[in-house]
Amino acid sequence: MIERSHVLICSGSMCISRGAKSLRDEFEEHLSRLGIRDEIKLVNTGCVGLCEQGPFVIVYPEGVFYATIKSKDIKTICEEHLYKGRIVEKLVFDEALTETKEVRAFDEIKFYAKQTRVAIRNCGLINPDDIEEYIAKDGYRGLGKALIEMKPIEVVQEMIDSGLRGRGGGGFSTGLKWRFAYNNESDQKYIICNADEGDPGAFMDRALLEGDPHSILEGMMIGGYAIGADKGYVYVRIEYPTAIEKLKIAIGQAKEYGLLGKNIFGTDFSFDIEIRLGAGAFVCGEETALIASIEGGRGMSRNKPPFPAAKGLWGKPTIINNVETLANIPAIIYEGASWFSRIGTERSKGTKVFSLGGNIKNAGLVEVPMGTTLREVIYEIGGGIPKNKALKAVQTGGPSGGAIPESNLDLPIEYETLIEAGSMMGSGGMVVIDEDNCMVDICRFYLEFTVEESCGKCTPCREGTKKMLEMLEIISSGEGTLEDLDKLRDLGNMVKNSSLCGLGQAAPNPVLSMLDNFRDEFEAHVVDKKCPGGVCKPLIHLEILDNCIGCTKCAINCPVDCISGSLKQLHSIDTSACIKCGICKNICPVDAIVSI
Amino acid sequence: MKSLDDLKKIRDGAQKKVVMRGKHDGIRILVGMATCGISAGARPVMNLFVEKIAERDLNTVTVTPVGCIGECAIEPIVEILQGEERTTYCRVNEEVAERIFNEHIIGGKVVSDNVIGKFRL
Repeated sequence: MIERSHVLICSGSMCISRGAKSLRDEFEEHLSRLGIRDEIKLVNTGCVGLCEQGPFVIVYPEGVFYATIKSKDIKTICEEHLYKGRIVEKLVFDEALTETKEVRAFDEIKFYAKQTRVAIRNCGLINPDDIEEYIAKDGYRGLGKALIEMKPIEVVQEMIDSGLRGRGGGGFSTGLKWRFAYNNESDQKYIICNADEGDPGAFMDRALLEGDPHSILEGMMIGGYAIGADKGYVYVRIEYPTAIEKLKIAIGQAKEYGLLGKNIFGTDFSFDIEIRLGAGAFVCGEETALIASIEGGRGMSRNKPPFPAAKGLWGKPTIINNVETLANIPAIIYEGASWFSRIGTERSKGTKVFSLGGNIKNAGLVEVPMGTTLREVIYEIGGGIPKNKALKAVQTGGPSGGAIPESNLDLPIEYETLIEAGSMMGSGGMVVIDEDNCMVDICRFYLEFTVEESCGKCTPCREGTKKMLEMLEIISSGEGTLEDLDKLRDLGNMVKNSSLCGLGQAAPNPVLSMLDNFRDEFEAHVVDKKCPGGVCKPLIHLEILDNCIGCTKCAINCPVDCISGSLKQLHSIDTSACIKCGICKNICPVDAIVSI
Repeated sequence: MKSLDDLKKIRDGAQKKVVMRGKHDGIRILVGMATCGISAGARPVMNLFVEKIAERDLNTVTVTPVGCIGECAIEPIVEILQGEERTTYCRVNEEVAERIFNEHIIGGKVVSDNVIGKFRL
């Protein structure tokens, strides 16, 4: 039986956690009941990107994009759309409906139409468990071209010409890195895929590993051929079980098809890939700590040089590339360096994947050409901020980056411009901060993370970040002074300049950039003893305004019974008993409760 | 995998599996599949189109079940959409469906015996 329709079910981790796991079973049940199971092909795909609106079901050939689907909706989709051919408009993603209620196809939705997808080209469109679907999308043709038509040094040169820079955060030229390893003679070399994605708020690599694992394997193989390695490792954290499972399936299938193993494409090139599991330490994303972890040691960084390209895994020349970097490589080799370098800007070529999160409507995975402005990403693709709140800042680079204020939103996204603005590209986390957030509190959150993740080998990072966190806690409790702000900056600069590895060197960045850009907010905490965002508990109190309608909702839900007032009368809060949990504020139907 | 030709062979075969998920500017076959259409025998008609398309590898032709357009008395109804042109057939049994496929979709000539209306949109 030939299928007349394909139903794609997003099975990325985000959708799974929102209940996508049972959707396939529901489809099986209802399609069988209707007697049309044979006519429909069900495909579990990786992340389609618009995570905030998941789980998704996409129905082809029409390309209808159903969003926020629950198990009970499947019956309707089966009976109406698949059985009778009537699109279920009330389940279609709202931005896919035109003003006249016509249904737009999946790729015409604004969220997608504005993107350029190179690295995540196949995510959400193919079945990651089926190597043939990857091959159908020109998969492994880049590898074939490299092995048969190009010499290793030509592959290296092609990468240099493409202008691709490391997508893990550093932004070093991938081609030049490869050339170092190419030039280092050795009986054994290695390629490592760095899949130890650990920044809070970043999930690009997970989505790629889950949605298109073959693109990463192919990128590693091309890299192996270029530098003369016949062995590769994927270092992935055990916290990504779905990604690990997809990788295992992909490696197994690549072996079965003779794409991994001996004499690939009938050439002398042989390659093997193994998975190494990390325990989920942030520092293991740092190259030397990652190598130590693969070797079975404790995940701690060491001094560079020697760089891994000279002395890496087991003392052999080793190239470590990030997941997204690797996913770009097959496309660059197949389409050519000049194709790739036409995308992006003079200094930063190609595209960048961002995981958009925080106070934003369409949180999810987006890929845009370099040079796109932050404003375009946030307002045109991301759909802006919920409840029309004002944007305060955009945090990029996670715990290693900084916050870019509203006034800089028209900056084009490039490695350099973000650094000049006091932040960094990082691996691609992009957290939108609105007026209801407190910058001191956000600094505290990132510092808590780095204190926890510091490996403890060098003193500035181990002790310095801890002291910085303590100072932030004092400031947020209202006990700080103006002098503390200067001390905090001095200590931050010291940690930045004297730490051993990237973790410590970058850990003060959120604090330093926010002290620069949001000094007034820090001063409000230490001088006025106020938290403008209404977040730091010791500095706020909750108040009921006179637009209270006396619905009693707040009083009923208060966990410490500190709200009094009778029905249809203005209520009041006993601030001495209030624990500032904020439940009343969130539950008030007329926004009459404010934190001051 | 011993050569690029091996890869190409797999690719050509595999593309049939995913072609439905691309853009379609070709012919669309709409089969009326509301309760009335189904009870009048639309399902085997739709299946016949699907099989014929697969047999011939016509990757620009898609089949979509649609609802009732109101003329239940002359079901099963099949519409062929090609660019702006819409042809509506009525009382399509498997035999007629085969003629529509061979003469209209392949041959480009409308099967006038079963047309209820041919008009520009």
